[in-house]
Amino acid sequence: MSEQTTSAKAEILARIRGALADNSQPAAPVRDYRQRGSADPQTVREMFIDRIVDYKARAFIETAETVAGRIAELLGEDARHVVPEGFPVDWLPGDGSAGERIVDTADQPLSNAELDAVDAVVTSSTVSCAETGTVFLNAGPAEGRRAISLIPDHHICVVPAESLVELVPEALARIDHRRPVTMFSGPSATSDIELQRVEGVHGPRKVDIIILD
Amino acid sequence: MTTVNLGMPTIRHGRGNLFADEPFTSGAARDLKNETLRGNLNFAMRKIRGKRAAVVSEMPDWQQLRAAGSAIKQNVLADLPELLEQFEASFTAAGGHVHWARDADEANAIALRLIQEQGVNEVNKIKSMATQETGLNEYLEAHGITAVETDLAEEIVQLGGDKPSHIVVPAIHRNRDEVRDIFLREIDGVRSDLTSEPTDLADASRERLRAKFFDNRVAVSGANFGIAETGTLTIVESEGNGRMCLTLPDTLITFMGIEKVLPRFADLEVFLQLLPRSSTGERMNPYTSLWTGVTPGDGPQNLHVILIDNGRTATLADEVGRQALHCIRCSACLNVCPVFERAGGHAYGSVYPGPIGAILSPQMTGIEAAANNSLPYASSLCGACYEVCPVKINIPDVLVHLRGADVEARHNARRTAPEAVGVPPATDASASGVSRRARLTAAVRTGAARTVGAVARRVPDQMDALMAAAKTAFAKPGLLSVGERGLPLGKILGGRDGKISFLPGLIGGWTRHRIIDAPPAQSFRHWWKRNRTRTPVRRTPEQRADIAALIEANRGKAAELHARFAAPADDYTRLMAAERTGIQHHDATGAAVADYARGTETSATTASGADDDRMKGERA
Repeated sequence: MSEQTTSAKAEILARIRGALADNSQPAAPVRDYRQRGSADPQTVREMFIDRIVDYKARAFIETAETVAGRIAELLGEDARHVVPEGFPVDWLPGDGSAGERIVDTADQPLSNAELDAVDAVVTSSTVSCAETGTVFLNAGPAEGRRAISLIPDHHICVVPAESLVELVPEALARIDHRRPVTMFSGPSATSDIELQRVEGVHGPRKVDIIILD
Repeated sequence: MTTVNLGMPTIRHGRGNLFADEPFTSGAARDLKNETLRGNLNFAMRKIRGKRAAVVSEMPDWQQLRAAGSAIKQNVLADLPELLEQFEASFTAAGGHVHWARDADEANAIALRLIQEQGVNEVNKIKSMATQETGLNEYLEAHGITAVETDLAEEIVQLGGDKPSHIVVPAIHRNRDEVRDIFLREIDGVRSDLTSEPTDLADASRERLRAKFFDNRVAVSGANFGIAETGTLTIVESEGNGRMCLTLPDTLITFMGIEKVLPRFADLEVFLQLLPRSSTGERMNPYTSLWTGVTPGDGPQNLHVILIDNGRTATLADEVGRQALHCIRCSACLNVCPVFERAGGHAYGSVYPGPIGAILSPQMTGIEAAANNSLPYASSLCGACYEVCPVKINIPDVLVHLRGADVEARHNARRTAPEAVGVPPATDASASGVSRRARLTAAVRTGAARTVGAVARRVPDQMDALMAAAKTAFAKPGLLSVGERGLPLGKILGGRDGKISFLPGLIGGWTRHRIIDAPPAQSFRHWWKRNRTRTPVRRTPEQRADIAALIEANRGKAAELHARFAAPADDYTRLMAAERTGIQHHDATGAAVADYARGTETSATTASGADDDRMKGERA
C-alpha cells in the first residue's frame, strides 16, 4: 500500500469517526417487504411474459423436444452463432438445420472481433424474475463469459421453467456473487433523447427468450 | 499532513464541480428565458413522473421497501468506518486494489497514475456522478488523456461542449434536432442524411463507439453500490455501454463515494427494486452488472476502486443534514420539483442539481463557499421531493436547516470579515484544473461574489430589525393591535385595483416576482372584537349538525373522485386536483373532510392512483 493511500485512509477514517461523535444508534432495518412470492406458477409465467414483451423482447414456450427446432427457427438458416462450452447439446439444432456454430471455450476464447462477426449467441440462464421481467446470467457453464452474450447483436436465451421466480429477493438468493452477474431486462435501450425509448444501442438489439418446460 | 486526533471532528470540505458560480436566482432568471429548455423540461418531467407513478403503484410493499432502504442507509452511515474497512478487505481478497482519496484532486491524481501505468492516451467512461464531481475528464484532458463518454446523453453533452443538466438524463435540456446538429458537427464520418429520429441518433452513437469499446484497454466507471461483505461492485444502466466498459478492457478504475457501501449482498434486493422504478420509471433497468473482483478469463484482470471523501465526511458531521448521504442518485426528486422543472439543472451550478443538489452541494463544500448558500432557497418547500424519495430523505427539513445555517454563517461573517463571504477559498478554486479556476475567478470578480457579499452585509441589518420588531409585537397583544391599525395604509398602497406590485427595501422581495393583494382594511382580531357579540347563542344538542348523517351522505364520494382523477397520466396534476377538491369539501363541512381522508386511505383505487394514496397517508 502506498504512503498516499495509507495516510489518506487513516485521515478519512478519522474524519468519519469525528463526524460520528454523536454516536447515533439507528434502529435495525425491518425487512417486512415481500421476500417470497405468492402467485401460482402459471400466473408467474404469464407475468414474466407480459413484462419481457413490454420490453420488446420475444417470448416462446418450448419443451425439451421442441426447443432445438425453435432455436433453429429463430437463428434462421445461415446465422453464424456462438454457444458457451457447457450449453446442452440436446437443446441445439442438428447439423445442417442452422448456420455455422462456434463454441467459446476457456482454452480458446473468441476475440472481440470474432464475436462481433457472429450473428447470434445462444445461452441458458441462472434465474429469472417475473415481476420485473429480468433474466440473470451468472457465468455458469451454459451461460458463458460476459462478452459472448454482449457483443453479438441477437441473444437467444433459454429460461428453464424451474428457474423462474416471482420476486427480486427470490432471484438474488439464487445468485453466486463470486461469479460475474449480468441482469438483463429486454434488449439494450435508451431514453436519453426526449425520453423516447429506443430499443437497441450497444448491447444485443434483438432478444428472444425461450421458457423451457 | 498533520496527525488527526480521534474524537476531534476535523471538517474538510469537498472540491471539484460542486459550486454554484452565481446565486441560484441569477442562473434561474437567465434560464427561465430559454423557451426551448422550458419546453423540453416540461414535456420530459411530466412524462417521467407519470411513468414513475405507474410502476410504483404496482408495488404493494413500496413503503416497506422505502423504510428498509432508509434504515439500511442510516446503519451504513453509523457503521461507516467498519464497513469501509470490510469492503477494502473483501475487494482486495477478490483480487482488486483499493485506493483512498481525501478529495477530488487526490482521486483524479490516482486515476491519472493508474491510466499512465497502462501507457494509453484514451479511456472509455461509463456515466458517473462521482467523476463529474471530481472533474476527471477535464483533469485527464489537461494531462493529455482523452476520456470518451459512452452513455448517449453524456456523449451528447461532451460533443456539444455542454454541461449535464440532470442526474439520470443529462442531455434532457436538448431536443432531437439539437442532438442531430451536434452529431453532424462533431462526429467524423457521420452520414450526412442523419435524421432527428432517436433511433437514427442512437445508431450513429453505436457506430462511433463500437471501435472504441473494442480497442481501448482502460475504462473508468462509477458505482451504484459496493458490498462490504463480498467486495461486489454494481453498475445499473440501460444502453450496454456499461457492460462494454466493464467487460472488454484490461483495466477498470471505479470511482466510489464512501457512502455508497452497503453491508450485505442481500441488501441489493431492496435497492435494485427502489432505484429503477424511482429513476426512469421502469420495473427494471435494461442492464445491471455485478462483479466481485477478478474472474480469470472473464472481464478486466486489473481492477481498482477509489474510495472518495470530497466533503462527504463534512456532510456526515451534520446530524440533520447527513441524511443527504442516503441518496442513490435516482433523480425522482428532480422530476417532481416545480422549481427544477422551470429553472432546469444548470441554474444550480453544481453537478448535483434539483432538491437533492440543493442540500448536498452546500454541505459538501460548506455553506459559505461560492454562491452555494443560495441553493437551500431554491425550493418552495412543497415537500413533493420527500414523498417520492426512495430512501426517505427529508429534503424540506434539511433545506430549512441549511437556511438557518446560512443565516448564522452570514451573522458570523458580518462579525468577522464581511468581504470573505461569497469568495470561495483559494484551494477550492484551484480544485479541478485551469478552466475551473478561470470560471470561478471570473465569477468571483464579477456579479456573483459582489451580490452574495452585498447580501451578506445587508441582510442582518434590515432582517434583524424586522425580526426583532416582529418578536416584540407578537409577544405583546396590545402592541400588535396598534400595529394592525396601520393596515388601511396597505389599502392606499394597493391603489384603485387593490394590488401591490412594488415594495421598497428588503420587503421588496415580496413583490419582485409577484403582485400581491392589498391587505384588508382591518385585521381579523379587530373584526372579531366588533362582531362576536352578534354570533348566535350556543346551539342545543338538537340543533347541532348530525355528524353521522353527514358522513353517511358523503359515503362513496371519495372513491368517485378517485375514479375521476385516476385517468390522466400525470400524477402530480392529479394530486393537485385532488387536493383542491379536498379544500372544497373542507369549506362545505368538516365531517366531509374526515370522510374524504378515510376514503383515500382505505378505498381500493385504480393502479395509478394508489401511489398518491400512500403519499397522502404518509403525510397525514
